[in-house]
Amino acid sequence: MSAPETNAAGTTGADAAVPAVRMREVNKAFGDNVVLDQLHLDVDPGERVVIIGPSGSGKTTILRVIMTLERPDSGTIEVGGRHLYHERKGDELKPASEKHIRQVRANVGMVFQHFNLFPHLSALENIALAPIKAQGRSKDDANQTALELLDKVGLREHANHTPGQLSGGQKQRVAIARSLATEPEVMLFDEVTSALDPELVGDVLEVLRDIAEEGKTTMMLVTHEMGFAREVADRLVMFDSGRIIEEGRPREILADPQHERTQSFLKAVLAH
Amino acid sequence: MDGLLLTPGQYASLWIGVQITVQLLLWSFALGVVLSLVFGLMRLSENRFARGFALCYVELFRGISSIVLLFWFAFALPILLDIGQPSRVVMAVLALGANMGGYGAEIVRGAILSVPKGQHEATTALNLSGFHRVRHVILPQALPVILPPFGNLTIEILKGTALVSLVGLRDLAFSAEILRTARTQMEVPIGVPELFINVLVIYFVLAQIISFTFRLFERLVNARYRQRTGRRAVDVSGGAAAPATAPGDATGGT
Amino acid sequence: MAVDTGSPGSAPPTPPPDQPGGLRLGGVRVTWRSALGVVAALAALAVVVRFGGGSQRFETRVFRDPDVRFDFEFMFAYVPDFLRALWVTFQATIGGFALAVVIGLVLALLRRSRLRVLRWPTAFFIEFVRSTPLLVQLFFLFYGLPRITAIPEPLRVWSSLATLIIALGVHYGCYCSEAYRAGIGSVPKGQWEAATAMNLGPVATWSQVVLPQAIPNVLPALGNFLIAAYKDAPLGFAINVTGVMFFASTTASRTFAPLELFTLIGLGFLAVSLPSAFLLRRLERRIGYERT
Repeated sequence: MSAPETNAAGTTGADAAVPAVRMREVNKAFGDNVVLDQLHLDVDPGERVVIIGPSGSGKTTILRVIMTLERPDSGTIEVGGRHLYHERKGDELKPASEKHIRQVRANVGMVFQHFNLFPHLSALENIALAPIKAQGRSKDDANQTALELLDKVGLREHANHTPGQLSGGQKQRVAIARSLATEPEVMLFDEVTSALDPELVGDVLEVLRDIAEEGKTTMMLVTHEMGFAREVADRLVMFDSGRIIEEGRPREILADPQHERTQSFLKAVLAH
Repeated sequence: MDGLLLTPGQYASLWIGVQITVQLLLWSFALGVVLSLVFGLMRLSENRFARGFALCYVELFRGISSIVLLFWFAFALPILLDIGQPSRVVMAVLALGANMGGYGAEIVRGAILSVPKGQHEATTALNLSGFHRVRHVILPQALPVILPPFGNLTIEILKGTALVSLVGLRDLAFSAEILRTARTQMEVPIGVPELFINVLVIYFVLAQIISFTFRLFERLVNARYRQRTGRRAVDVSGGAAAPATAPGDATGGT
Repeated sequence: MAVDTGSPGSAPPTPPPDQPGGLRLGGVRVTWRSALGVVAALAALAVVVRFGGGSQRFETRVFRDPDVRFDFEFMFAYVPDFLRALWVTFQATIGGFALAVVIGLVLALLRRSRLRVLRWPTAFFIEFVRSTPLLVQLFFLFYGLPRITAIPEPLRVWSSLATLIIALGVHYGCYCSEAYRAGIGSVPKGQWEAATAMNLGPVATWSQVVLPQAIPNVLPALGNFLIAAYKDAPLGFAINVTGVMFFASTTASRTFAPLELFTLIGLGFLAVSLPSAFLLRRLERRIGYERT
């Protein structure tokens, strides 16, 4: 999955397969509140990882530091074998320039809990904006791709509508199409169904399932939809107080959680 | 006071002043808008020096009285820079524009801060560059917030243009002073109260034109948010024909 | 009488035609304390108009060194003269603003009157004054008004300083009235309804319920207008008020040193307006905290 030429830019070791995402000793605190505590996490290319955990446990922050929405206090993150926040100068790792961060970040996309669609642009313009302005593709080409993506999420006829004219579920499907448009290798999904009315969740999960079935995108999802996690995820990661306390195949963890906090968390979530 | 109207000749004299006033206003406005954008964005820059510099600019030009600023630009700055006698018009435009920029920068800054954080985050997630973020996402959303206070600010600048009469530019206020001091040599002596009431009314009309223009612009900008039809819409045929209006299930989410 | 315009958060809409809660003109007696304030302000004003300003003479005789680009020594030599001039500018500011606070309240109440013949002309007057230059208003008051012989003389012929104070008072009074209006509009509708439910009369409703809630909201805006009035006060120069601009301009033409003198008054201005703007922002933040 990861392009071979990126290896030269900063592989850390002699691993055969370069992970899509590699996090090493990542720390992040907001004041006294430690949200990431020496985090280690590797995600393989094409792998689908679902992160669960109580609210406030910092699981969203994992996605946000990969997307560079928050800067970690220390530690390293690699995307497709290239350091995100660092550049290799000789033998040393130096803090990366904005230009470097932008280059590496181009391989990452994110879908937000509250969609964050641009209210002044139509659905189609929302999707075509980054291909045109960030990737320099032609307008016709980008619009063509955008229409195909709208087809994929079942919203072609809404291409000219602004977000204000769409329902919550439709907005989120447009938002997913928008982040797919730049074809990132890693897609981050931050509680993408939490802000939706229950009857609208199904359509959005359907779209996620389609992306998962294609199997070429690495997906990291923070969600409370346990049924979906069981069905789609390759790996389930239980996160609490800044640390991974348990991980494994979803079926196994959901059926037989080992850690006591996983047990109580699952009991609370599955209760409703 | 029989009648408030002046003679056509007197109005012609005031009209010369109106033209100067409007010219000064347009140039100062253009300069002010540019400075507002530049310094408003710099105030939010991640670079500490840019931020500090912009803060100094804003505090300086909002802190000094505009008449003092004008005199300083007209009489002190040329000596400091040793540039002889520059055009008074240019110096007046610089002073008024810089003054407007100080207030405008704060308006721009506030409007950008009013754009929700999620919008900034989405631009990061889409990896847009700084310029494209501002141009395509942030400014279009800040504009409806910027326009109303900018309309008021422009009226303040119109009022500020009257100060240039004190440094010898023949604007509307200066034309009024010419008529007042020359009234004894006129065939039809001018009434001083009537004269100034007329001048005030002209300024009032100019202000109403500014205010009307801004409201019109606001309406256009806000309309773009609600309905999107016509030339910007793309052809979606190939699937189902696009419905003319939002379908029934489009009831807005959260 | 539970009718009112106040919808929280939004800009105050124009008052509905029938508004029993609105104050009649007798409403200047809103509270004893505010009445006392008004009297004090007007007394201070009278003192300033009677004894202030006038006999300023700028007598420093120092000449600039022609060999330097910027003669600091020369500039500092004129600081005492500058301070004397600044005092006049201060008098105009304080006097004008005291007047503006009172005029503003009157205009705000007139704008809320149930009588259209009061409400509409007031609204027009405010809009007119706010959108025309203070300088031309000064010219009108100084050169035009004294010639309208239909008006009794004490009401139309004033000294330079008094003219400046009145012009500032009317100009900023119009700005203040809009601030009051917004402040009154920001008092939630439920407060008026509660006052009605408690069967309070209009005077008690205003003095005990509405104004105590509205005035803290208005204070930062009034502070801004005070600073703005201070920045406009040097305009009195155009009608020979001996404030800072008069000082700089006459001294500059005598000593041929406009650079130092205009720089001096610019710096002097900043020395006052920057700290006041800073204090004002702190006040604003404190009020903001108290409200949340």
